[in-house]
Amino acid sequence: MSETKYIPKSKLGQWFDSRLPLLTLSHHLKEYPTPKNLNYWWTFGGILTFCLITQIITGLVLAMHYVAHVDHAFESIEHIMRDVNYGWLIRYVHSNGASMFFLAVYIHIFRALFYGSYKAPREVIWIIGLLIYILMMATAFMGYVLPWGQMSFWGATVITNLFSAIPFIGESVTTWLWGGYSVDNPTLNRFYSLHYLLPFLIFGLVILHIWALHVPGNNNPIGIDVKKNSNETMPFHPYMVMKDLLALLLFITIFLWFVFFAPNVLGHPDNYIEANPLVTPAHIVPEWYLLPFYAILRAIPSKLGGVIFMFSAIFILMLLPWLDTSKVRSAIFRPIYKKFFWVLVFVVILLGYLGAKPPDGIYLILSRLGTAYYFIHFLVILPVLGRYEKTDPLPQSISDPVLDKPGMLDKFKKAAAKYEGENVGSFK
Amino acid sequence: MLGHLSKFIDKIIIIIFLSVVPFSVFAEEEKINLIETNWSFNGLFGTFDRASLQRGYQVYREVCSGCHSVQHLSYRNLSEKGGPEFSIEEAKIIASQFEVEDGPNNDGEMFMRPGRLSDKFVKPYPNVEASTSANDGAYPPDMSVLAKARAGGADYIYSLLLGYGETPTGFELDDGVYYNKYMPGKKIKMSEPISDGIVEYSDGTNPTKEQISKDITAFLVWASEPHLEEQHKMGFKVIIYLILLITLVYMSKQKVWARFGSKTEEDEETFDKVERAVTKYEGEDPKTFK
Repeated sequence: MSETKYIPKSKLGQWFDSRLPLLTLSHHLKEYPTPKNLNYWWTFGGILTFCLITQIITGLVLAMHYVAHVDHAFESIEHIMRDVNYGWLIRYVHSNGASMFFLAVYIHIFRALFYGSYKAPREVIWIIGLLIYILMMATAFMGYVLPWGQMSFWGATVITNLFSAIPFIGESVTTWLWGGYSVDNPTLNRFYSLHYLLPFLIFGLVILHIWALHVPGNNNPIGIDVKKNSNETMPFHPYMVMKDLLALLLFITIFLWFVFFAPNVLGHPDNYIEANPLVTPAHIVPEWYLLPFYAILRAIPSKLGGVIFMFSAIFILMLLPWLDTSKVRSAIFRPIYKKFFWVLVFVVILLGYLGAKPPDGIYLILSRLGTAYYFIHFLVILPVLGRYEKTDPLPQSISDPVLDKPGMLDKFKKAAAKYEGENVGSFK
Repeated sequence: MLGHLSKFIDKIIIIIFLSVVPFSVFAEEEKINLIETNWSFNGLFGTFDRASLQRGYQVYREVCSGCHSVQHLSYRNLSEKGGPEFSIEEAKIIASQFEVEDGPNNDGEMFMRPGRLSDKFVKPYPNVEASTSANDGAYPPDMSVLAKARAGGADYIYSLLLGYGETPTGFELDDGVYYNKYMPGKKIKMSEPISDGIVEYSDGTNPTKEQISKDITAFLVWASEPHLEEQHKMGFKVIIYLILLITLVYMSKQKVWARFGSKTEEDEETFDKVERAVTKYEGEDPKTFK
């Protein structure tokens, strides 16, 4: 918050602002300086905010019609789909919205990984972001249980059972989570309650996430610090607002294409079969966005080990700002890291694929290799790279035009001037 | 700035490619190909064929409803827009052919009355247990959302109905279990439900096995997604609207950004020009420049 002090124009504004500086806040949000070289990967923060608000609003309406009871939950969803005015639209936006939310969050996270946005001074933004991600997974998981289909029930059974792997107290913890001796009505009720609560916690964390962002300001594709209040930054409004809006509309188009033309492809058909504790589905699979972790869980031969590795896979990211010892933020200037980054992307997608497959034969072997690589990336490759990687020279400023070839423009210009003159416009 | 957007889209294509690779490499699993049909309700403009849905209802009524419920459908749905679109009168007559339990009356007794539009489809059995025991331990699933509850959807249902045939030699079947090449495990407890001429169509359509299967499949797809037509229509309008809006927003954004002057883009162009000029005369390696 480094801009010049803002004083509201009107007397009333000044009176109010000195008591609650909302006007100062909105002025700050408008004028917030953003690096001018942000690319479209930076538009996902706004997209994610949109996703959260969409989920909250559609969820609010769904909650007016949904019945959290094992005998009525499935039926009430069908009631929403058939008899509530535009209920099908609201529900499909909500269910596909969850997938889109994760799609956007994964892009957002990998963008941070590529451009080193987690590094000093942005560690706190990163950690708050991960907390949001963890809450998102919990919320989505519980939301998937609510329709009380076969995957709801069996997914809930598998995931809650994981807690029974905790030594000594595992059984009691699981019983406590269930509110009984199996996944049943009390479980459904508490999941519904928590599914309604957690989005508001996420909302609170999002405010902190943005607040923490506004202290150091945005990272940028070059990864070097920008000079604030220089021609290297532009005010958030209207420049970033327009750019974010454009990206958001493109995103919404893809989102709504799913809603209207393929609303069920991202879900599992079994969830249109009402939950039946006596019939286990052939393959129990979570939603696609949890699959990489599911693959890690099943790659480890012991249950407790699997649980530990699965949770570590998430929590290891919290340590990332300290595991990655390289001083250079952006992968643009880290030729070796850049390659490993894409390998990591590939491995995570591969793990996601393997999570949907039965854990045997080649699938199991690949899951194990993938899991091993995932941890090696963070625990070995990153610390070692930070020490030994020869990074490319960084430009002096983000305005340095030839970003990947610093200083080259002048050299070229001089050489070219000999033959074709000073005026670049007249070049043949 | 179009440069930035297109670079961004390039990256997305690479990522999509990366995500598809593992799927195609391992797609070696044995898969039975379902019979693919060009359903009228598929695609961006998909709509139902009314006559087919009406015939499909007849098939449900005369063939399936002995064992299978469609508990989430109401008789009024039969006359609603986007469905079989029977007239309200026809739907009322259909409903009145069923006996519905109502009550309690003033004496505290439950009583039976003819069905009304607002009633849900009458179920063949009062509960799952009754239907299971009446069908030798196999529960005939409710068909309200069946088309969404099976991988393959309409194609799967259609294929399954036509998938009965001679049991291959060496394939062992218990009593009351039938061979069906599209059923997972190839065993099904439902005997072949459809045969040529099992229903008689009043509109003169030839009731072949294929035709009947097609009609009931369409009916079941509608039953699981009664708003499908509305969904497609609205979806099309929404996408058109978004494309127009995106165009306008794109132009506004360009205009707004022009105020700031898109420095980087210009510089990149300059660089490309200069680089081209230099390499023409002095070769590609900057170290050899004079």
